[in-house]
Amino acid sequence: MVTIGRRKLITLAGLALVPGALSACSSSSKTATNSGSGGTKDVTLTITANAIAGGKNAAEAQWVADWVIPQFQKANPGATVKFEPQGVNDEDYKTKIALDLKSGKGADIIAIDGIWTGEFAQAGYIKPLQDVAGAAVDAWDGWKQIPTAVQGAVSFQGKIYGVPDGTDGRVLYYNKSLFSKAGLPTDWQPTSWDDVLNAARALKKLKGVTPIQLDAGTAMGEATTMQGILPMLVGTGEYVWTDNKWVGNTGGLRDVMNLYRTIYIDEKLGDAVLQQEANGRDSSFQEFAAGQIGILAEGDYFWRSVINPAQGIGTAPMADRDTVVGYTKIPAMKPGSGVKGQDFVSMSGGSGRVLNPNSKNADLAWKLLELMCSPEGFAARAAGTLSISPRDDVNKTLLAKDPMLTYVSTQVLPITSYRPGLADYTQVSTAMQQASLDVVTGTSVADALKTYTGTLGGIVGSSNITNN
Amino acid sequence: MVSTRSVTGTGVVRARRNRADDVAGLGRARAGVFVAPALLMIGMFLLFPAIWTIYLGMTDFRLTGLAAAHTSFVGLGNFTAAFGDKAFWNALQLTVVFVALSGVIGQSLLGFSLAWSLRRLKGWVRTLVESLALAAWVIPGSVNAFLWIALLDRRDGTLNTLLNTPGTAWLISYPMAMIVIFNIWVGTAFSMQLFSSALSSVSPSQLESAQIAGASEFRQLFDIVLPTIKGHILTNTLMITLWTFNTFTPFLLTAGGPNRKTEIFSVYIYKSAIGSGQLGFGAAISMIMLLINLAIALLYMRVGRKR
Repeated sequence: MVTIGRRKLITLAGLALVPGALSACSSSSKTATNSGSGGTKDVTLTITANAIAGGKNAAEAQWVADWVIPQFQKANPGATVKFEPQGVNDEDYKTKIALDLKSGKGADIIAIDGIWTGEFAQAGYIKPLQDVAGAAVDAWDGWKQIPTAVQGAVSFQGKIYGVPDGTDGRVLYYNKSLFSKAGLPTDWQPTSWDDVLNAARALKKLKGVTPIQLDAGTAMGEATTMQGILPMLVGTGEYVWTDNKWVGNTGGLRDVMNLYRTIYIDEKLGDAVLQQEANGRDSSFQEFAAGQIGILAEGDYFWRSVINPAQGIGTAPMADRDTVVGYTKIPAMKPGSGVKGQDFVSMSGGSGRVLNPNSKNADLAWKLLELMCSPEGFAARAAGTLSISPRDDVNKTLLAKDPMLTYVSTQVLPITSYRPGLADYTQVSTAMQQASLDVVTGTSVADALKTYTGTLGGIVGSSNITNN
Repeated sequence: MVSTRSVTGTGVVRARRNRADDVAGLGRARAGVFVAPALLMIGMFLLFPAIWTIYLGMTDFRLTGLAAAHTSFVGLGNFTAAFGDKAFWNALQLTVVFVALSGVIGQSLLGFSLAWSLRRLKGWVRTLVESLALAAWVIPGSVNAFLWIALLDRRDGTLNTLLNTPGTAWLISYPMAMIVIFNIWVGTAFSMQLFSSALSSVSPSQLESAQIAGASEFRQLFDIVLPTIKGHILTNTLMITLWTFNTFTPFLLTAGGPNRKTEIFSVYIYKSAIGSGQLGFGAAISMIMLLINLAIALLYMRVGRKR
């Protein structure tokens, strides 16, 4: 009895002790080692990203191992670069690096989702690049190639915390062979939600096919918000945050939730159970690749890293991707009903790489980051899988090779929207995911939104919510 | 003579008592020096963290954002927030059901039945059953979870193939039942082993005489066996209750889902503290969990003493 009580106590105590002990030593260690170009002392730099060979973002992991590390070690004798791979869902990765940074440890260069910049900066985990690596940052010629809007992805309150790694855009993917079987056009461009729903209704007649996958629920995390709720919300003409207020029980959000209800409850055009599975998003990828899903809303990540047929790149490769998979812009609810009166809408995120303020070799780490973000770096990376880089010079030469990414950069990026870079955003996002989960599990839209606005009030204060 | 003897007698007793008080002949101070390292360790690794948890539980400390850098004191705010949180009561309710079904009823009953039915068996059957039960107990939780996910998978799961129920999402449609069965499977070995050794302490002669007197097996069980192993039953129930109350492995199967239907207390704490980064709130609810643990332990101790 006593032993159990004590063991429990020790465990709890241990858990409690960690942050305490860590915060105690987090303010230590920031000694910039001089790293002259000629003789770098024996130093080890580490890079981390949510990428792992043979798994998530395999191409990036491969690029770091095969190009970045050898190149850098050749140019800087004495320096050793290590890659710490991760292959988990984004929420777990975020928790991991937040704990790393909190404890005053972590890799020297850390890949982050741009949307985390605000909360990490507020917590003091990351610092503006200039503060970490000094004048060398301003002197970098790469900044000229990166548009201000793209730099905004890793900026907070006017300061740049990292080097952007690229941007993306969301589209509707559809399976052309299923479309032709259902008697639908294979060069599809829906112009309203009704067009999408009608196509889904036609697909429903096919056996063993889930007509549409619009991410919902909390298990998919931010994917639900970015691929589901927000692209639909901007299609109703509303933003998640405008005029210093967060979207509450508004006409737009009601339309979005009603859309979920139509798809998952009323007409069963989507698989409501999958939205609740612990690994539902990955399952939806597998099903799409197996020709069991007709329409899927996703970012260009899906094209590059999921259904990419290249050896060891895609997690759900489709050998016939280029002929079978179509992509098209996400329509607004009705033509012209999108934000800024747009007919088509999208959402974009941005990722980036930050320097760890606890790095003992910040100057050298910056050199490594420069190398990773050089035109040569992006060119080498494009050999694995092409993505939209943050650099204009790189995009000009590389994107033309890939029609899908050209489509995203020329057709989708001009009409896209971004999430607000505010620390409260992630909590608001979770509350929205819960609302969508409530709806797809049968709760009425009114009740789901009532719960949502209640939760939202607890996060941002009820005076900071728009209801209409 | 008599009086002298008595004086000497008390003298001897007193001297003995002195020796018993301080066997090594150290003074209080020197004895204190000897236990100081142990006390220091307890203070550092037990007392300080416990107090630190109480303190953290009274702050708005978060993993990220402003509250991570500038933590402020919120008093009992986290506790009132927890008591006002539907998810808290949901977690508590689920935990009670989970502990009762999978621990107290499931593991104890199944463990006892196995021990009872195996008690006269020898040879390979017994070895086989015991090894199977023990295997579930010994295999690491993560591996267990993986096996069960493969078993219950909606698409190509073994169970769906066996039962010919394609597409049944066991972990979504019957989440609580699944983690209850899972936990019974994992933990039965402990009860089985404990009851096996307890049953061997029941006097065979007593059972034999009962048999001769014509008592049925049922009567023997209730009038002889159970009263004899009452203490074991109590210990077993206490251990299992506490273990089941604190277990986290079901998270690996369902991640607390779907829609919080398997969000037992440990999962609720994990999701609040680590998942959504509310470390202060997490510390507060950890404290509540610790108090519940203490209450359970005290309750059993009290029952034990009455016996």
